[in-house]
Amino acid sequence: MNEPMIVLLGGVAALLLVASLTGMVLSRRVTGEAGRATVANLNARIRAWWAMVAVFGVAFLVGKGLTIVLFALTSFWCLREFLSLTPTRPEDHRAIAVSFYVFIPLQYWLVADGWQTLFAILIPVWAFLLLPVLAVLKGETEDFLPRTARIQWALMLTVYCISHAPALLFLTGPGFAGKNFLLLFFLVTVVQLSDVLQYVFGKLFGRRPVAPRVSPAKTWEGLVGGGLGATAVGAGLWWITPFSPLQAAAMALAIVVSGFCGGLVLSAVKRSLGAKDWGAMIEGHGGALDRMDSVCFAAPVFFHLTNYFFAA
Amino acid sequence: MIARLLIALTRFLVGGHARWQGCAPAPRQRIYFANHASHLDTLILWAALPADLRRTTHPVAARDYWGAGPIRRFIAVRVLGAVLVDRQGGRGALAPMCQALARGHSLILFPEGTRGSDALPGPFRAGLHHLARACPDAELVPAYLANLARAYPRGAILPAPLHCVVSFGAPLAPQAGEARADFLERARGAVCALAAGEGR
Repeated sequence: MNEPMIVLLGGVAALLLVASLTGMVLSRRVTGEAGRATVANLNARIRAWWAMVAVFGVAFLVGKGLTIVLFALTSFWCLREFLSLTPTRPEDHRAIAVSFYVFIPLQYWLVADGWQTLFAILIPVWAFLLLPVLAVLKGETEDFLPRTARIQWALMLTVYCISHAPALLFLTGPGFAGKNFLLLFFLVTVVQLSDVLQYVFGKLFGRRPVAPRVSPAKTWEGLVGGGLGATAVGAGLWWITPFSPLQAAAMALAIVVSGFCGGLVLSAVKRSLGAKDWGAMIEGHGGALDRMDSVCFAAPVFFHLTNYFFAA
Repeated sequence: MIARLLIALTRFLVGGHARWQGCAPAPRQRIYFANHASHLDTLILWAALPADLRRTTHPVAARDYWGAGPIRRFIAVRVLGAVLVDRQGGRGALAPMCQALARGHSLILFPEGTRGSDALPGPFRAGLHHLARACPDAELVPAYLANLARAYPRGAILPAPLHCVVSFGAPLAPQAGEARADFLERARGAVCALAAGEGR
């Protein structure tokens, strides 16, 4: 099972090597203040990519337990970033503490356990009902609905949605045996490559912004170029999945589109909170949620499409 | 060892990184004063300082909380090097702080004297003014702790892991002829200004 994974990770490393070399050449050639800043940011991003690929590569090779823990930690950091920027009141402390200390471990325990029904309703049903109860007991009615909704949103996005990525590990079906990690690899690679290619195409050819007030950096040229590129790579990866080449292309396209939507929606959320980045955890990228925003939307979509059409 | 563990735990849960806006970290005698919203404030402000400054910087902690029970006492006195004071002690309560200042060390002070639940600090008590008069060599550095009222409010058992940032402002000093109340209000204003500039 590990053999294709090693080949794939080797491929990613080769890709990053090319990126690093390109970055080095660019930093020699570039002139001007703005250009230098862009290249410095690009190189910081590439260095951070090495670190992220190393961490996730090790987790994928070691196995399910470590991978689930890693995604749980990712949810933790994303939830922290989201709620740190979001205005709540001291009276919301109990709801926030329960989100962190109860719902993150519980949700990821359900992933590890493969208890799919409870996994699917724990946060949309049980947390949804429990969180406002915890807040209402404090008796503070000011902004009650916005406060409660913010915490529910935070938990849905950063824990529930992200947990659908490692949940791919418990799907079973014809042609799935030993391929669950490869499905996860497929999702993460297509999402992240789509982000990277959209960034590259946007920087090179971007003219017409999709939603200038939300995110001036997202352009139609970037979306189409990057999206098609990532879809093509996804189709080329069909041999690691239970899909045919055409199905793999369709899945990759679904991932690209939902990932783009995730990035756009979370940009709007971020701007409505008056911030540019979610945090400063990953050099050049901003916060963890800046890297996970597309995964938040793409993971549940990919999980349910795969589950509905391919899993038994 | 325990100090490192506490700092690592603090960083993991609430971040607590420093943002030096009005001054740079420097090995000179200072009295840091900040808004007070939670029991974590002491630890977070202390942990936000660079390691070499921590050794000679003592948080001022209320004896009725930090002196109660062997574990809290151990953390406050042995790990953080805190100076324990009686909150109701009047002027005599300042003696242990003056001793630390006399040795050339720095202090961390919460001039409200009690934890508030709002983002902005309440009125400051006179202690800060007395210390400033008694020890004019020490720089008075305002600091603002963001998010702590949400992360660890009164009565909560566990702190919630919200990201907390410590902003340090420009030093200030009592001016000649400035009334005590005016100075305290100006000091409070300096902390509030950091809160406004905190933004995101």
